[in-house]
Amino acid sequence: MTGEVVLRVSGLSARIGHQQVVEDVSFDVPAGEVTAILGRNGAGKTSTIKGILGLIGRSGIVELEGERIDTLATDRIVRRGVGYVPEDREVFASLTVAENLRLAERDASPRRELVAELFPELITRGAQRAGTLSGGQQQMLSLSRALLNDNRILLIDEPTKGLSPKLVAEVVAALEVVARVVPILLVEQNLNAARRLAARLVVIEDGRSVLSGPASEFFEDEERLIRMLGVHGSGVGGVGTA
Amino acid sequence: MNAVLVSMRRPGARWLLSALLVVGLAALPLLNIVVPGVLPGPSYTPGTLQLLALSLIFAALALSYHVLFGAAGLLSFGHALYFAIGAYGLGILLKRTELPLLLAVAVVLAGTLVVATVLGAISLRVSGISFAMVTLAFAQAGSVLIQRNSGITGGEDGLSLSTQQLPDFFVGVLNTRNLYWLALALLVVVFLAVRWFERSRAGHVAAAARENELRVRVIGLRPFSVKLVAVVIAGVLAAAIGMVYLLLQSGVVPGVASSNFTLTLLVIVVLGGVGSRWGAVIGGVVYTLLDQRLSALAGSDAIAGLPAVLRVPLSEPLFLLGTLFILVVLFLPGGIVGVAGRLTRRAGRTSGATREDPRDVIEETE
Amino acid sequence: MSTVALLLITGLGLGALYFLVASGLSLIYGLMGVLNFAHGSFLTISAFLAWEVARRIGADSWGSLGLALLVGAVVGGIVAAGTELLLIRRLYERHIEQVLVTVGLALASVALFQGIWGTDPQYVTGPAWLAQTTDVLGARIPNNRFLLIAVAAAVLLTLLLFLRYTRFGLVIRAGVENRSMVTALGIDVRRAFTLVFTIGGAAAGIGGVLASHYFGYVSPEMGASLLIFAFIVTVIGGLGSLAGAALAAVFVAVIQQFANFYLGGTGDIMVVLLLAVVLLVRPRGLLGRRG
Repeated sequence: MTGEVVLRVSGLSARIGHQQVVEDVSFDVPAGEVTAILGRNGAGKTSTIKGILGLIGRSGIVELEGERIDTLATDRIVRRGVGYVPEDREVFASLTVAENLRLAERDASPRRELVAELFPELITRGAQRAGTLSGGQQQMLSLSRALLNDNRILLIDEPTKGLSPKLVAEVVAALEVVARVVPILLVEQNLNAARRLAARLVVIEDGRSVLSGPASEFFEDEERLIRMLGVHGSGVGGVGTA
Repeated sequence: MNAVLVSMRRPGARWLLSALLVVGLAALPLLNIVVPGVLPGPSYTPGTLQLLALSLIFAALALSYHVLFGAAGLLSFGHALYFAIGAYGLGILLKRTELPLLLAVAVVLAGTLVVATVLGAISLRVSGISFAMVTLAFAQAGSVLIQRNSGITGGEDGLSLSTQQLPDFFVGVLNTRNLYWLALALLVVVFLAVRWFERSRAGHVAAAARENELRVRVIGLRPFSVKLVAVVIAGVLAAAIGMVYLLLQSGVVPGVASSNFTLTLLVIVVLGGVGSRWGAVIGGVVYTLLDQRLSALAGSDAIAGLPAVLRVPLSEPLFLLGTLFILVVLFLPGGIVGVAGRLTRRAGRTSGATREDPRDVIEETE
Repeated sequence: MSTVALLLITGLGLGALYFLVASGLSLIYGLMGVLNFAHGSFLTISAFLAWEVARRIGADSWGSLGLALLVGAVVGGIVAAGTELLLIRRLYERHIEQVLVTVGLALASVALFQGIWGTDPQYVTGPAWLAQTTDVLGARIPNNRFLLIAVAAAVLLTLLLFLRYTRFGLVIRAGVENRSMVTALGIDVRRAFTLVFTIGGAAAGIGGVLASHYFGYVSPEMGASLLIFAFIVTVIGGLGSLAGAALAAVFVAVIQQFANFYLGGTGDIMVVLLLAVVLLVRPRGLLGRRG
């Protein structure tokens, strides 16, 4: 499988309102591994993900396993097998945990056992309103919504944002399990997490993809990477920890 | 046509054309111009002048609404309230007090200022669609007050103009042309006032807030106060226009306070082209003439002879206008001015920046 | 005491009407961000067509009243669904234009109703029981009030169960909270749009038939005048909240009745004052989550 391209993004640009937030982003996501998008705050990482999904206005070419998906509506893109775990979780706060999961089920036989195995807590808290969950639990719920279905790729936006180091480790461990089954395009500010998960990196600067390649090459010259990502004051948390 | 539109894009030519237009309109009562199908009679006859004056008043009122919707991005469903305050306020003062005309006008304007400030401050606590509903509710309360207090307002029958305190040159059918000139002067004044507001600092902040409220807040300005200024200016202008309307129509009926009346203004502004002063003016004139001609058509023998399937809809001017409005919204965003602009660009091949449709922007700030 | 009972039950009856109109408005706004000015016309056309059906088969039987309610619901639902599919959908996500289109539809349709049925009210009759009164705590309550309250309560219960226990209900509740995330779960939320329009139109249609019995007539402007109070109810209750709409509908109608009786016919003004107070104290409305 490795070497085959699942998702190919060519010349993607995206806008919020009249403002161009992604200028020219191109990269491939190969099968069987995790590709991480890195970049400073406001560089256009989240907008790239949203542009791929059509959640914001976009142009350029996006191919899923060789088929164009850049003209489709968001829901149809997702039904083609693109799972999405948004920044800030976006669980439905007024719905129960079970309802959040039920809403996300779109396959005939959703993988409830996988979710129960990875996050047993969500099953015991099924009747609880999602808005009352802790940040970490909400992240697990958000992740579970994407895992329930048989996806060809997962787009996961900052899964460790705002979590304690212990929870970061839990989420990363879960993602490692997930990555064995499905390729992931990951936005990650936490360099340690990115190092553990990502096989490839894409660096975005001012709405353009400036570099991409095997993660090992980047992490050999960590200083350069840190300089590029503007660690100082940009919230790349957890670099020195763990 | 195209040559004129192209030349309109140069500021100097624009001023000259506007001045010529005003002079031409001012000369109408002295000329014998016949436009079959558009005007009911020659341009000097009182009936025609009455209609033309009414269309100028609607143009002015649409301009005052443009201050809210076009300039400040506020979708108000209660603008009729201020028009009604002007018309009823002056009518009641002239009937019930001995105040001379100018003093009565001043009192009404001052009253409107207060009402607009208070109601504006309350309704601006919410934004977007909620603002629309709240303004609708306030206007509805005004409408109810007018209908309930028939002792003062004349209730359903309306209020007739009491002419004792009026100068003679505003009274009587033969003086319709004086009222026409008054309406024209009013339109010019309102146009200049709206233009002044849009080009003032407050106007620029309002426009900026319309496009991106957050950014305005970030640079330390309060969108609330500029929006309130817009509400007050629009309200006071509408009241002034209402007073001229009272003089022209020799009275006022409760319909002008209804929500339908505000909806009509919205139709006019959209028909002409949202975000454009000339659009509001053209929309006001076109709407009034169209309404009058469609009403005439509705009562004509040609319609009466049709089968019911055609007769019923064609004899309802508001049905035709409403349908036209839907079609404009669906297929002609930018209204009449938008269409003219596209023609101009095609004719002139000018590569200037296209005007942004403010309605696109409103949504994003919601 | 008898006056209080009369005002209270009449207020509940009127509140039932407000709720039937406001429930659809609130769901439509909550899910789609569309302020539907044509909602009053859904009510009016349903009331007229139901009246046409009922008078042809004899309006004085319970069967014809039941049929009228059914016709009202079906007509309201179909007209509303047609509006969504033909007009609203073309302007997807352009909220101001969507409002404008419904404004145009409201103006045009009321004019059309006037062309078809004239501007004078058409008087409506029903089963004899409806025109009689029942004694409650010494007050003689017109029986149609009980019908209104019972039907509105049934509609509220049905809607709550629907929202709670069906997949579409789940999609609607989630969509009210975060529409774009619903599409990002692969759900075509536009089907839910058509559905809330249909449901809202059906509720308004039932409201139209009941309103014609409450007022005793059908008129082209009937929907528009109820719509304004329904807007107020929607804002006070909190946009998007069905329970809020129910609560606010009763609240508004009862206050209106009491003010009309005890404060010299100031009911409408009091309602607007109430709206102003709610906005000052709680701009999101009683049960609203978002501003």
